[in-house]
Amino acid sequence: MTEQTPTPEQLVSIDYKPPRKSWLDPTVEFRKGTYCYSGVPKHVEYLGLPNPREWQPFEPDWKLPPDWKRIILDGMKDRLDKYRSFRLFMDICVRCGACADKCHFYIGSGDPKNMPVLRAELLRSVYRRYFTTAGKLGRLAGARDLDENVLKEWFYYFYQCTECRRCSVFCPYGIDTAEITMIGRELLNLVGCNINWVIEPVSNCFRTGNHLGVQPHGFKDSIEFAVDDLEEITGIKVDPPINKKGTEILFIVPSADYFASPHYYTLLGYMLLFHEIGLDYTFSAFASEGGNFGLFTSHEMIKRLNNKIYSEAKRLGVKWLIGAECGHMWRVLHQYMDTMNGPGADFLEEPVSPITGTRFENARATRMVHICEFTADLIKNNKLKLDPSRNNHRKVTFHDSCNPARAMGLFEEPRYILKSVCNHFHDMPENTIREQTFCCGSGAGLGTDENLEMRLRGGFPRANAVKYVKEKFDVNMLTCICAIDKATLPGLLEYWVPGVEVGGVHELLANALVVEGERERSTDLRGDSTEQSGAETTDA
Amino acid sequence: MNPIVSFFFSVFAILIILLLVWVGVGSANMYYLFGVIIPYLAVLTFIIGFIARMVQWAKVPVPFRITTTCGQEKSLPWIKANELESPTTTFGVVKRMALEVLFFRSLFRNTNVELKDGPRVVYWSAKWLWLGGLAFHWSFLFILLRHLRFFLEPVPGCVLMAQALDGFFQIGTPVLYMTDLIILAALTYLLIRRLADLQVRYISLFTDYFALFMLLGLAISGVLLRYFIKTDISGIKELAMGLVTFSPSVPAGVHPIFFIHLFMLSILVAYFPFSKLMHMGGVFLSPTRNLANNNRMKRHVNPWDYPVKVHTYEEWEEEFRDKIKAAGLPLEKV
Repeated sequence: MTEQTPTPEQLVSIDYKPPRKSWLDPTVEFRKGTYCYSGVPKHVEYLGLPNPREWQPFEPDWKLPPDWKRIILDGMKDRLDKYRSFRLFMDICVRCGACADKCHFYIGSGDPKNMPVLRAELLRSVYRRYFTTAGKLGRLAGARDLDENVLKEWFYYFYQCTECRRCSVFCPYGIDTAEITMIGRELLNLVGCNINWVIEPVSNCFRTGNHLGVQPHGFKDSIEFAVDDLEEITGIKVDPPINKKGTEILFIVPSADYFASPHYYTLLGYMLLFHEIGLDYTFSAFASEGGNFGLFTSHEMIKRLNNKIYSEAKRLGVKWLIGAECGHMWRVLHQYMDTMNGPGADFLEEPVSPITGTRFENARATRMVHICEFTADLIKNNKLKLDPSRNNHRKVTFHDSCNPARAMGLFEEPRYILKSVCNHFHDMPENTIREQTFCCGSGAGLGTDENLEMRLRGGFPRANAVKYVKEKFDVNMLTCICAIDKATLPGLLEYWVPGVEVGGVHELLANALVVEGERERSTDLRGDSTEQSGAETTDA
Repeated sequence: MNPIVSFFFSVFAILIILLLVWVGVGSANMYYLFGVIIPYLAVLTFIIGFIARMVQWAKVPVPFRITTTCGQEKSLPWIKANELESPTTTFGVVKRMALEVLFFRSLFRNTNVELKDGPRVVYWSAKWLWLGGLAFHWSFLFILLRHLRFFLEPVPGCVLMAQALDGFFQIGTPVLYMTDLIILAALTYLLIRRLADLQVRYISLFTDYFALFMLLGLAISGVLLRYFIKTDISGIKELAMGLVTFSPSVPAGVHPIFFIHLFMLSILVAYFPFSKLMHMGGVFLSPTRNLANNNRMKRHVNPWDYPVKVHTYEEWEEEFRDKIKAAGLPLEKV
């Protein structure tokens, strides 16, 4: 936390009263802590994206191309003819306001332009002006000219939306702000207005295969490091193959799993699990990222980055794929991959668990299974020996990550695993979980430090629900299945509700997993003692 | 425009509409214009405009299957999937859409957030918008159905039944229709909410008030005609039958308020295809609701898919060859 970071008391003194002035007049103030820095030219250039240059959002001159207005309007026209979602969502909103207080950024900031309806109206007002008959009436029809201030407003608010889709759950017409933000960002990208926390990972990912820019030897080092750590904790030496041809399964992880903490403990979890069940799998140092910041750039970029998954599966000659714990990665794998880079059917086989014989019917076309689906099936079929008391020092809750929740419907699998591997599990209040789950406030590429104030505001509703279960049930660990969550929730919780750690589902699984030949464990994967300080330890 | 200016502009627009009828029918005796020509033009605009809009939307492809899942996916056989909120089949989608269109499922979820001291975020159940919306739409549908008695001879059984059901309590003469009360109450609520709720007022545009005023004007003039003026129904039926049989005539003795009623309806239907009222047709096309969550079961094809620049394994291996070698990882091209 930097010195400028406001205190929690300051942040929650929120005035929800909208200003008197009409929102049609574009006003935006790039206040420190509430926006992200621009994409660095070398990364923009490497990707072949338009208008690489040195610029910053707070500067008056954005160095836009001379015909930027025509580029944007042509871009809109193009997308209105390509995406029914976009065209329809521009037309049918009745401004009922049901979405208004569903956005975590609105709840945490009170800024009316963070109401999903107004975020969309920022774009709709321009759509009306240039693409509808009624729009010729101007402001009376809610239409306005596209000018540089409007563009700046787009930039500010489309990079203040985490594409979490919570509002789309409540909209009577299913209007999805994520679609609007995605198109809005595509348009901004056409004139070179992007943010570095998205563009650098995208560029890294295109070059090295992963967002963090880890090169093949670095990848191998990370995995070997994890092997050593696991041996130290459990006495078991696992042997995870990398780039091995002819294995049954290619395992795809988000790169943070082998590079960041607390993700790392989840990686240890997968490796221990796969060892115990003797899974025939391989990592890939090329397809070393399932995450896809293309989702936060443009549809084309999703496809460019996602391409390596199937092509690597084909090169290695695997039969099917398992994907690890990651949120937006699974939105791409579930809703975009097969359409963009499929069909996966021609060289892969329908996934069947080699341990239980279960056929994963729900993945019969894409041939990629979520690790929680895979593990829940193992537990259900009694293939794992579990000692949940080894998680007794954890009072656990589960944060449904936006994308697995609202773009997959993966609710029960992780809960089933958690309830099988720990004795203390408590869900947060129902308005804050499952399809109504709240974003961490840092998704969609906004997890950068210069944007800290906005992230703390956006994460406030989530953190507040955690506080509730902490006070009520002494919850001390928030588990989740998203790499961005794992990266940003620790700081968020430290700020709003200190004393709650963040972990992964497969981290807790591995804590409880009784592995053949292991030595007696006195600590969990983190090296924390599993002895509980309190007296209320219960055994299963 | 300042939010409140939108409100007054709408009031102004309504006054102009009333004035037009006042002058046109009351002073200039333009009965044929207001009773025949404008209604015909309005209906024509509605039909052509509505179809054109739907076709325009339908012609735009749906490149990706972007269902918003509001319930458990279908995965392992022992996990109960939620076919209504996360359907995997066409029948499931039909059920989900039916729930959405007939009962406003998503709006039913509505909550109201309050930030209390502590700080504590509290979520209150907030069903009034759902109730108001549902009450308005259903009573409007009922009223439309009832009005078919003016356009059809003999009057079909279902229309008579709707009428009987609506007047079930047999209060007063003419019998009071429940839907008349409900629609007035619902529209009044929706209007007051739009004005009183600061957030909703802030986002409201001219069109939001205009649509409400037109509907209210329509309902009030209808209520006046039926319960207070007790206008000559036979004349109105003659006019309506003339319109639908394309032998229009305007009988004498029809009350001027009727022309206000008819003119407001004409404006509303002509305005419909160009306005947010098109949500009526649009909701059926919403990709987050009308697609099954079967993405990994069944391939979705993007009709405008095109090849993109990718970074191949071969290029990757070439760039990092030495490092791959040093790390002892296998190479394709040794």
